[in-house]
Amino acid sequence: MSDLIPTIVAKYNYWIYITLMMIGLYAIIAKNNLVKKIVGMNIFQTAIILFYVSIGAKKGATIPILEHGHGHHVVHAVDYVNPLPHVLMLTAIVVGVATLGVALALAIRVYNQYNTLEEDEILAQIREE
Amino acid sequence: MSLQYPALIVVVPLLSALVISIAGWVNKRWCFPITVAGLAVTAYSSVGLLLRVLDEGVIVYKLGGWDPPMGIAYYVDHLNGLVLVVVSVVALLNAIASKKSIEQEFPEKIGPFYTLYVLMVTGLLGIVVTGDAFNLYVLLEIAALTGYGLIAMGGGRGPLSALNYLYMGTIGACFYLLGVGYLYIMTGSLNMVDIARILPDLYQSKAVMAAFIICMVGVWIKMAFFPLHAWLPNAYTHAPSASSSLIAPLVTKVMIYVMIRFILTIFTPEFSFNILAVSKPIVWLSVIAICMGAILALTERNLKKMLTYIIIAEVGYMVGGAWLGNRIGMTGAILHIANDALMTLCVFLAVGNIVYKVKGAEFENLQGLFRKMPFTMGAFVIGAMSMIGVPPTCGFFSKWYLISGAIQAGHYGFMVALLFSSLVNVVLFFRVFEICFYEPFSDHHGHDHHPEPMDEAPVTMLVPLFIVAAILVLVGLYTGDIVNHIIEFAIPKGLV
Repeated sequence: MSDLIPTIVAKYNYWIYITLMMIGLYAIIAKNNLVKKIVGMNIFQTAIILFYVSIGAKKGATIPILEHGHGHHVVHAVDYVNPLPHVLMLTAIVVGVATLGVALALAIRVYNQYNTLEEDEILAQIREE
Repeated sequence: MSLQYPALIVVVPLLSALVISIAGWVNKRWCFPITVAGLAVTAYSSVGLLLRVLDEGVIVYKLGGWDPPMGIAYYVDHLNGLVLVVVSVVALLNAIASKKSIEQEFPEKIGPFYTLYVLMVTGLLGIVVTGDAFNLYVLLEIAALTGYGLIAMGGGRGPLSALNYLYMGTIGACFYLLGVGYLYIMTGSLNMVDIARILPDLYQSKAVMAAFIICMVGVWIKMAFFPLHAWLPNAYTHAPSASSSLIAPLVTKVMIYVMIRFILTIFTPEFSFNILAVSKPIVWLSVIAICMGAILALTERNLKKMLTYIIIAEVGYMVGGAWLGNRIGMTGAILHIANDALMTLCVFLAVGNIVYKVKGAEFENLQGLFRKMPFTMGAFVIGAMSMIGVPPTCGFFSKWYLISGAIQAGHYGFMVALLFSSLVNVVLFFRVFEICFYEPFSDHHGHDHHPEPMDEAPVTMLVPLFIVAAILVLVGLYTGDIVNHIIEFAIPKGLV
């Protein structure tokens, strides 16, 4: 037990992303309303984006632009942040927005068709057909 | 020009999607020729690329001239060369065959449909050709998002099924992204070959194992591997014919390709089969997938939905074959990617023709079809024979390799599952033949019985169907050449 708490505290970013991911997954599985499911899906995606952003963070480091590019200074990799995870997440955010857009568009189509967004009511209507 | 084939494969359909969406505003009639032209150039490039690979071996194409691992590189070897040809040819044939059914089902949405269609092909081809793990994720989502649109386009229950598919598909893609994140933490690289170079020292690391498993789970959700299959049957059944005959043959097969790429290239067979020690349970899972797919197919009274459950069983074939951990099983799995794509296309095109004429694929609608649509049903019989595994159709040969692999691995459960599913396929398809063979029951004492006149689908739908049916037999006859000249080089020497 005494080991567990420092492990959790030291790797808190992982615990946060896992918690968020599970909240999202729970919403997708358990919620009855289609829009709530979509929100859960978005939380799920955001959790992974946060995971990537957190692994690219470094205390006391700066953006990877050489301040003394013309001089003969030694470049210390320690002083710079790896920008790649953040850049990747720009793409993932775009993908997430696109997915959200498609999901909401589909939800509108479903609503126009069944006049409800509650899954059990829609399924009841389908069974009646 | 031949040097640029890898780029053309992705760029041509991407640009033609832009042109089609503009052309759709001006004149809808231009959309179809542009689609076919774009896909034909793509198919030509991918065949040319495969021939080059056969000549020269692995081709590395640096996009923008940036050297890997910093830049994105396309790697084409025998494995994805083969899959590229299959994907582009299936997409081209289906585009030609489905013209009439699109005009019938949603005449006002021809422009958007073809735009999405070509974009989806771009995504699928990109997944196959790329050598960058993150690039693969983006293309995966391109293929998935366009797929949701294509499924929802038909109306009816399509949008709801597409939405359910979207939830599952997004979770799958996110899992894949998470796995790639772990790989990136451990190796600092996203280039597949570079990751493969760095990884061997890290094979004992828990994070690497987690990365592999998480990626696998993501890919399994995307390929509808039982028990992660729940989205597939409804999504494929409620999609319009033209979409389902594109999505059903290709999406699951491309995801199988991604799985095999992970096992063989990014990781080594040594890691996947020996260090990880999960191949036995996975093969048992695929045994369950095959059996459940077969049993669920038996309960269906709708031809299209029955076929979707057969797809789930077929996914089990390929996952099981790949995880048997020997060369013959892997050969069978790779061969089955090509064969299953073609035979699924064949039966779905036939169903598309039936739906075009009869307006439904429920079993009650199918009566008397052998007289009404003899040519469509003839091609359907060839596709069904291939799914059952009757020689000389290609389905027999890949099943043969899979069963030999199961025997060599000593995994008799998998062998029994394959035989069981073949037998169930016999029952399933002969039940359909029986229904189609007899005329509709007439109430009037049978005296004034008029057999329905022949009412066949248009020629533009029949010719591609015949071509696919002929390909099924041809691929079956030339299986030996495909295995010896292509698949033999796709599997690393280390795997025996």
